[in-house]
Formats: sequence, C-alpha cells, structure tokens
Amino acid sequence: MPVIVVEVMPKAELLDPAGKAVAGAVARLGSTPFTGVRIGKRFELTVDGEADAAALSAARELAESLLSNSVIEDVVSVKVAAE
Amino acid sequence: MTRIGVITFPGSLDDRDAQRAIRLAGAEPVALWHGDHDLKDVDALVLPGGFSYGDYLRCGAIASLSPIMSEVVDAADRGMPILGICNGFQMLVEAHVLPGGLVRNDHGAFVCRDQRLRVENNATAWTNGFDKNAEITIPLKNGEGGYLADAETLAVLEGEGRVVFRYLDVNPNGSLNDIAGITNQRGNVVGLMPHPEHATEEGFGPDTDAAMRNGTDGLTFFASALRALTLA
Repeated sequence: MPVIVVEVMPKAELLDPAGKAVAGAVARLGSTPFTGVRIGKRFELTVDGEADAAALSAARELAESLLSNSVIEDVVSVKVAAE
Repeated sequence: MTRIGVITFPGSLDDRDAQRAIRLAGAEPVALWHGDHDLKDVDALVLPGGFSYGDYLRCGAIASLSPIMSEVVDAADRGMPILGICNGFQMLVEAHVLPGGLVRNDHGAFVCRDQRLRVENNATAWTNGFDKNAEITIPLKNGEGGYLADAETLAVLEGEGRVVFRYLDVNPNGSLNDIAGITNQRGNVVGLMPHPEHATEEGFGPDTDAAMRNGTDGLTFFASALRALTLA
C-alpha cells in the first residue's frame, strides 16, 4: 500500500535542546564538517487505496491539526513516498 | 458537598494526590476516566499531572483527543472551574482551551524543585483566595515546561492580566516572560506547570522558614474553587 510521508520540524527561531545535545556529541567525535543539529519528526501514513490528491489533502490536514502544533512546529513536507 | 472531578488518563501520575488535595480542602473528589463521556455531575474539574501516552507525539497531544475531552471543552465554555496541572496544562493547550504551547526545557534537563511563584491574578476560580501578588512556593517537576506563544498572543495575555503565575528567583525552563500559568478570558480555566496538589498538607509539602516540608500554599487553589462555586 502507498505511503505518504509527513515531516515536522521545530520552528527555526526556537531552541531545540535535544538537537543541541546531539550537536555536543557530534563535536566530541572530533573533526566533522557539521556545525549544528536539529531534530524533527517523520510520520509515515499508510494509505488505504490510491495516494491521490484527496489522500494528500487529507494528510496535509492531519499534519496541521494533529501531527504538528503550529505554535511550536512547522510542517515542512507532505509527499508520497517512493515505492 | 461540592464535587470536584479528577480525570485519570493512561499515564497520569498525580491523580490520587489531586484527589487527596481536594479532600483536604473540604470537597468530595470524584474519579473520572478518560475513555468515558461522563463528568458524573461534578462541579469542577482537575486534569492532573503525569506523562499521558508516554509524552508520545507532543506532551498532552494524544490525551487532548480522549473521549472525555469533548465534555471538558464544553464544561470550560459553560464556565466550570477547570484546573490543568503540568501534563493537564499541556492537554488544555493542545485542546486549544488555553493558548500557546509547551516545549522541552531550554537547558535540556528535567527539573524538580520547590519553586517560588507570584500570583499576579487573584480573580480566577482557582486563585481568589490569594492576595494579589502573593508569593507562594509549590513543587515544580517537568522536562517540557517551557511556555511559548506568538508575540500577539503574549501581548493579549499580558494586556488582559491572564498571566496568573510568574516564576520568581529563576526561570526554570525558558518560559517566555517567566510565565508559569495562565487563564482563559473568563477566568474559570487555569493551567500551570507547577504542582499545587503536592503542597496541601503539613509534613508533605515544600520546606518553609518555620519547618521542613510544611508548605501548604497549594491548598488555597482548591479552597478558591470551593469559594468560586459558593459565590456562583
């Protein structure tokens, strides 16, 4: 069955203490090209039937209402996963 | 006797402490269940602290869609006194009964301490027994207690005097404007991160100058609700 992937990130202007903690561990690994880490969420919604425009629209609505809280997070992507 | 309901959700921790606090304040605690559509004719409601659904998704988000929450939202609209403590506050925010959001503490660590607060609004159903700007001490224990709201919401809360409690001495979690608790426009719904139910009986509360563990500042929350219901 097709899968729609929703990605949610903490708002850019907010502190991401979990991401900062991981960034600290990255720094302790020694030399890497990375200067920051932010942690978000990925949801995989299994679709009953076609991943058509209606399903994508329903996924967007779910992403805005339940999967994210617009006060603290942004929905950054809603798309059909590659088979 | 006034009946105050305490809703137990999967992962609630402080429901029995809240029931005990209600009994100590002179009311009858009524145990309510998240999966029911029944408030059992209670006069007021407490949404207790804990880690409903293991804080999955966002703290309070899954519980905010519990069957009983539709009755809670209706009761809030009707003016019933409702207190959300810690995870209960997070649920009220996720249910859009109160504005804003709560995020992980800015320093990343769980905090457990006796916390001083200033009661800036003593006109709510849960604070009418305090003097205005009273300074109180009750326990605080959370990992995700940072209060956030957009600038417009924050201006409304401040302008309408809806910041009920502000942290004193230290801001323990990065909350904007040191906000520890807020109320709705009508003043019947109050949500806060610290725990009044853990400061209701001498010997089991925060330390005071007089004696260890003697703080009972939390009792006034529940006595206030009784008073609000008597005056109503």
